Amino acid sequence: MKATVLVRPKPGILDPQGEAVKGSLKKSGFDVVDVRIGRVVDVELDTDDHSKARAELEQMSNQLLANPLIESFEIELGDEQ
Amino acid sequence: MTVPRPEIGVLVFPGSNDERDMAWALSALDAEPVFIWHGEHELPAGVSAVVLPGGFSYGDYLRPGAIARFAPAMDAVGRFAAEGGLVLGVCNGFQILCEAGLLPGVLRLNESLQFICRDVTLRVERTDLPFTSRCEPEQRLVIPIKNSLGSWYADDELYAKLEERRQIVLRYHGENPSGAVMNVAGVTNASGNVMGMMPHPEHAVDPLLGSPDGALILASLVDEARRRIPVTV
Repeated sequence: MKATVLVRPKPGILDPQGEAVKGSLKKSGFDVVDVRIGRVVDVELDTDDHSKARAELEQMSNQLLANPLIESFEIELGDEQ
Repeated sequence: MTVPRPEIGVLVFPGSNDERDMAWALSALDAEPVFIWHGEHELPAGVSAVVLPGGFSYGDYLRPGAIARFAPAMDAVGRFAAEGGLVLGVCNGFQILCEAGLLPGVLRLNESLQFICRDVTLRVERTDLPFTSRCEPEQRLVIPIKNSLGSWYADDELYAKLEERRQIVLRYHGENPSGAVMNVAGVTNASGNVMGMMPHPEHAVDPLLGSPDGALILASLVDEARRRIPVTV
């Protein structure tokens, strides 16, 4: 089963990359208010069991893919996308 | 009488690049550096302190230190620290210790988005630790930083707790190069046997290189390591 983990900087945390991109977009004439940059992790799992996949992805995210101090994550399973 | 040279382990990960400078500095300060490859499951029995040097372990992939913390040698470092063993992390070593949960907070991208490589001035907040015993209270130290992911962060709640427990050891003085929360440059764990710092004391040991102030940190560590030389029967 394919899945995607979306990792985002938590609200309220300064995102210097997002700020730089916002500045560049504004200079290019786009009317943007805010830009935040996160990370997309595509994972292929050797299971078709949804609840098992979700449990494993949560564990992966908490242990490695995201740092809970500064990042939040969201899990999307293959056929839910 | 010759002073015994304590063995101090210097961890080496794929992508570490300051381990030789660290070993040179420890050696110059009368310690015996011992390189420890990240794949080792145990620390050598003779070491009385461990240093995690700077560099880019695992290419800084995902987040700096995020992958290195799963190295077998890090389990051994975790056990060593839990028993009160002395552990110092510098730069990438600090990032690894934070990701491993041995130190509080996390290191983030510098506010300026720039790689910064220059001397900075630090203020010593505590001198009752094995890492700062040779420093004077509030002493200013000139030690270089060289990082792009050096901005220490903790949320308000965590920071308040650390402040209360006096876990902030070093602060940037005069200017805050990275945008770190409350100018924090170095922290310790609650029991004071693990410390991490972004500036590189091993690059500031010889006055020929600009400042000898880093030697105060490393020599403090060597002093305490010497007191802890394991007794062999």
